[in-house]
Amino acid sequence: MLKKISNLPFKGTPEQEAQLKEVIKKHLDDPGAVMPVLQEAQDIYGYLPIEVQTMIAEGLNVPLEEVYGVSTFYSQFALSPKGKYNISVCLGTACYVKGSGDILNKLSELLGIEAEECTPDGMFSLTACRCIGACGLAPVITVNDDVYGRLTVDDVPGIIGKYKDA
Amino acid sequence: MYRSNVLVCGGTGCTSSDSLKIVDKLNEELKAKGLDKEVNVITTGCFGLCALGPIMVVYPEGSFYSMVKVEDIPEIVEEHLLKGRIVTRLLYQETVENDTVKSLNKTAFYAKQKRVALRNCGVVDPEKIDDYIAQDGYAALGKVLTEMTPEDVIQTMLDSGLRGRGGAGFPTGLKWKFAAGNQADQKYVCCNADEGDPGAFMDRSVLEGDPHVLIEAMAIAAYAIGADKGRVYVRAEYPIAVKRLQIAIDQAREYGLLGEDIFGTGFNFDLELRLGAGAFVCGEETALMTSIEGKRGEPRPRPPFPAVKGLYQKPTILNNVETYANIPQIILKGADWFASMGTEKSKGTKVFALGGKIEHTGLVEVPMGTTLREIVEEIGGGIPNGKKFKASIFLSTTITSSKSAQ
Repeated sequence: MLKKISNLPFKGTPEQEAQLKEVIKKHLDDPGAVMPVLQEAQDIYGYLPIEVQTMIAEGLNVPLEEVYGVSTFYSQFALSPKGKYNISVCLGTACYVKGSGDILNKLSELLGIEAEECTPDGMFSLTACRCIGACGLAPVITVNDDVYGRLTVDDVPGIIGKYKDA
Repeated sequence: MYRSNVLVCGGTGCTSSDSLKIVDKLNEELKAKGLDKEVNVITTGCFGLCALGPIMVVYPEGSFYSMVKVEDIPEIVEEHLLKGRIVTRLLYQETVENDTVKSLNKTAFYAKQKRVALRNCGVVDPEKIDDYIAQDGYAALGKVLTEMTPEDVIQTMLDSGLRGRGGAGFPTGLKWKFAAGNQADQKYVCCNADEGDPGAFMDRSVLEGDPHVLIEAMAIAAYAIGADKGRVYVRAEYPIAVKRLQIAIDQAREYGLLGEDIFGTGFNFDLELRLGAGAFVCGEETALMTSIEGKRGEPRPRPPFPAVKGLYQKPTILNNVETYANIPQIILKGADWFASMGTEKSKGTKVFALGGKIEHTGLVEVPMGTTLREIVEEIGGGIPNGKKFKASIFLSTTITSSKSAQ
């Protein structure tokens, strides 16, 4: 699956940068450092914007294309930030046949973003996920840790409204 | 000395149904009753009977409490641990017969099982190296380093007939022999803990329930092939396994069981953890090694095989978690003991994860050659609501009809 790359401005702080430099220093002599450093960088920043990948490439003295190649290969590396509320729509088989595709489209329309993107105000991000094992409640979405099941397209505006006002 | 030992399952299934809160509540209640010096609470790995979780066993009686809730704890502490009266209504009903409690090993689920790889799961505290040592832990490594040559170790593995538990079934001893025969300035021992097949959690339970067995077995393998560095590749989706394995590695280093001059024999071996990042293909051996090197986890053609050119182009052996979990026992009890179990071509035991429409979902270990019907209908308790067993999916690859399950 093609990864969505964020075009939102990078908002890293000097504290985060100092933390990242510490991580890079720790792994400097390690020949397989790119993955562990990317994993720790994602813990620091929440995602891996190109600015962070550039710092890693320069710090470890490896080409940026190699860092980018790794970050786009593994599904756990996020190139787009997550919002305050991350909405995951299950596109597993059971949910999909019960219309979760339509729910994803409705969310996308209402929020003005595609899957794997984040709204400019940082409130909502949208993720299409694989089976979360709640097949009995299909179709299912989760908003952070809250699970909503047996949904129809008409339920979507109400759920978004609940978090917008919160 | 404690009067009673309470074992609470801290495996993934039971943890998801609040077993760690049960441990907290137990400690709190025991303290309030002044019993905390008399009763010892131990968090263990998976017992196997995940369907009945959270699971709690009280020794010396061996009372097997199932589906325990936090609210039940005051009653268990007051009645059982203080007054000595077993709370029968919370027992696993299979263990109750004519008002007496029978041993867990006599229940249908456990009676046909033979636990080798899962020997310590549900028995030891996986975060305490002393628990593992008390169960003959690291004795096999000691025996190998002081009494056996690398050739002896490889011969023992060949004689045992142990085959890789990751799926391909390649003879483990042969793999080691190839790697031992290749001369190099550096060799590696790797462990594949990237268990990604849907529904499989055999390796996960070993990592979470008995992490030291992996460290010991990898050190034995390193001695046999002449390596001094090891890597364990664990998928990041197994956070409890990652945490417990890291604790185990740190403890082993502290005790001098990893590092330099182990047991004063001049043998050096150290181990590092590497985390996956959500790529299914990295369970394939060449992709896994490419991923450890920090690159995109793409497979590469074989030959050259890893025993010739593996990690960083050096001779490497890569075995699965469950394969390693058998090795210390083979060293201690002998190749003949292991080869006495199983069939002509497949020796020993195999762990199965049972899931889906089956009464006892969970983890079982049976001798090779046990029929699928025995596993599903006898150990697994059959299909819920007395339905007929029609077909099963084997590790997401083979669909077996009930007729061929004999």
